[in-house]
Amino acid sequence: MKKNESYTDQARRQFISKVVAGAGLAVAPGVVLHQVAQAKPADQPASNKVRWGILINTNKCATGCTDCVSACQEEHAWGAASENEAHSSKLQKAQWIRKVKVTDKQTGYVMSLPMMCQHCKNPPCVDVCPTGASMKRADGIVLVDRHICIGCRYCMLACPYKARSFIHEELHDQSVNAPRGMGTVEACNMCVKRVDNDGIPACVEACNQAEHNAMLFGDLKDPNSDISIELKQHGGEQIREDLGLDTGVRYQGI
Amino acid sequence: MKKIHFSEIEGRSSGYLVLLGILGAIVLVSLGSAFYMEHNGHHVTGMNNQIAWGIPHVFAVFLIVAASGALNVASISSVFNKTAYKPLAPMSALLSIALLAGGLMILVLDLGRPDRLIVAMTIYNFKSIFAWNMILYNGFFAIVIVYIWMLMDRRMEKYKKPVGFAAFIWRLTLTTGTGSIFGFIVARQALDAAIMAPMFIVMSFSFGLAIFLLVMMAACSWSNRPFGDALFGRLKNLLGVFVAGVLYFVIAYHLTNLYAAEHHGVEKFILSDGGIYTQMFWIGQIILGSLVPLALFYHPSWGKSRALVGLGAVLVILGGLAQMYVIIIGSQAYPLVLFPGKVVESSFSDGIVNTYNPTFAEFGLGLGGFAVALIIVALAVKILRFMPVSLADADVDPHHK
Repeated sequence: MKKNESYTDQARRQFISKVVAGAGLAVAPGVVLHQVAQAKPADQPASNKVRWGILINTNKCATGCTDCVSACQEEHAWGAASENEAHSSKLQKAQWIRKVKVTDKQTGYVMSLPMMCQHCKNPPCVDVCPTGASMKRADGIVLVDRHICIGCRYCMLACPYKARSFIHEELHDQSVNAPRGMGTVEACNMCVKRVDNDGIPACVEACNQAEHNAMLFGDLKDPNSDISIELKQHGGEQIREDLGLDTGVRYQGI
Repeated sequence: MKKIHFSEIEGRSSGYLVLLGILGAIVLVSLGSAFYMEHNGHHVTGMNNQIAWGIPHVFAVFLIVAASGALNVASISSVFNKTAYKPLAPMSALLSIALLAGGLMILVLDLGRPDRLIVAMTIYNFKSIFAWNMILYNGFFAIVIVYIWMLMDRRMEKYKKPVGFAAFIWRLTLTTGTGSIFGFIVARQALDAAIMAPMFIVMSFSFGLAIFLLVMMAACSWSNRPFGDALFGRLKNLLGVFVAGVLYFVIAYHLTNLYAAEHHGVEKFILSDGGIYTQMFWIGQIILGSLVPLALFYHPSWGKSRALVGLGAVLVILGGLAQMYVIIIGSQAYPLVLFPGKVVESSFSDGIVNTYNPTFAEFGLGLGGFAVALIIVALAVKILRFMPVSLADADVDPHHK
């Protein structure tokens, strides 16, 4: 009898757990899908109805602050946030974003600003790439397809902002956010994974968290976006505007 | 004029075997260097994120430029009907594809991912000058191989001229493409000059003929075939004209830059303050690579000495490598101009002259390109009838007295 009872209990437990699991399976996708309903579905291409950009106010950018650089390093596992590139010299180590100090020779005025891929509308890196590994998405984000990059480094010569780095040795324990590989070229990808999930780039987030608020991310094509309104009210310039590249990263105070 | 005869070289002498042995050893060192670089990654080279193209590119671009120039002698015979150059045409065409093979070997083995060469051969971005060049290089091999067939097969005599003309046009396009790699880079102060394309064409005439002259001197001497003074003198004088032509373009390039205030910085860097780059320019390219060879070629008595003219040709080659060093590495060493007229500093070498210390592996890979080219020539002349039996003046020139 006791034996029968335990069988009954087991069967009941199994039944209940299957029902719960089934219900869970039925409900879970709805919950997950609801969470990402705002983001761009993975099977849909980037849209040219938006153009992502970043506006940087150099007057708010604190000299000596490198929060944006650290955040990028954490997000994409390079530099101080990674034990990789131990064999590479200082000149060989990758830098996706760097702080640049600019001093006016005549007045002595000093400004500080982050420099990274400027996500040009007419990117020279994309023009020169023989295989098309350097590419621009429809939403303006410039990327390197690490699957077809042959490591010729022509894009590094062509970029007026020195935004690109070559990987000089094998890498291990990479971030899932940014697959990287020896022998290929890489650069700031405007945290495309975050952007596709309705987030903002790590550098912008870090700048906001530090309450500097020097970086503003948004859609340059949307006249009602914060970035467009700010650009319309106070303007914004491009670095090396004379080259006619129409950059997605704009600066105030330069 | 007598009928021109061609024959294989015997290729059994100890000297020939030693030559093959030395060249083979250099090729092995080169392949070893490439394996070392690819296995460890480019951190074992002096190249970095500031100087992305280094010594391998200096050698590779030099050889590719020289390759198209080496075809010139064949073009002069087929396209411009200069009879005296006809016996030289097959060797000229052979040397051109051999040099191209050597140059491309370096370029491919220096890639970050040489295993993806198939990607570069199958996926093209037609706005990229590099992508055009891949088509131009492959087409050059195809056209010149057909051209060699037309030159060496008497039944194909009537096709020689049109194919030679096609090869001539193709080689001009190819060097335009190579020069344009360095001509359309708006980011670099030294490289946004359309004059690069025609300058590279004249450079190719000069470097290609210098190598051709040395190869013919060696080949004739080692296989005991006569090389007439008149023909030799013509080639020497032609090389002198090409060397002067390169000088003209170099002067025009720098004068144009000096006129534009935005280029004053880079000109000052190359011409006076650039350290190794300034020395490479004045001592390597201008004095040793141009003025001394011109003196050796046109001096009334020095110009008659085969040894001194040979020395002049060697100097043209070394000067050409120096010129490539200044163009390719000097242009990257000079800092990018992010904010004109302002002092720029960062953790990524902004605003400072970039340093480059090439390693042995880079030189090993680069020299291997020369060795591959020369091994192809050495083997080809043993297998097929590339070499004229005689280049004596009476045999090659109907008007020779």
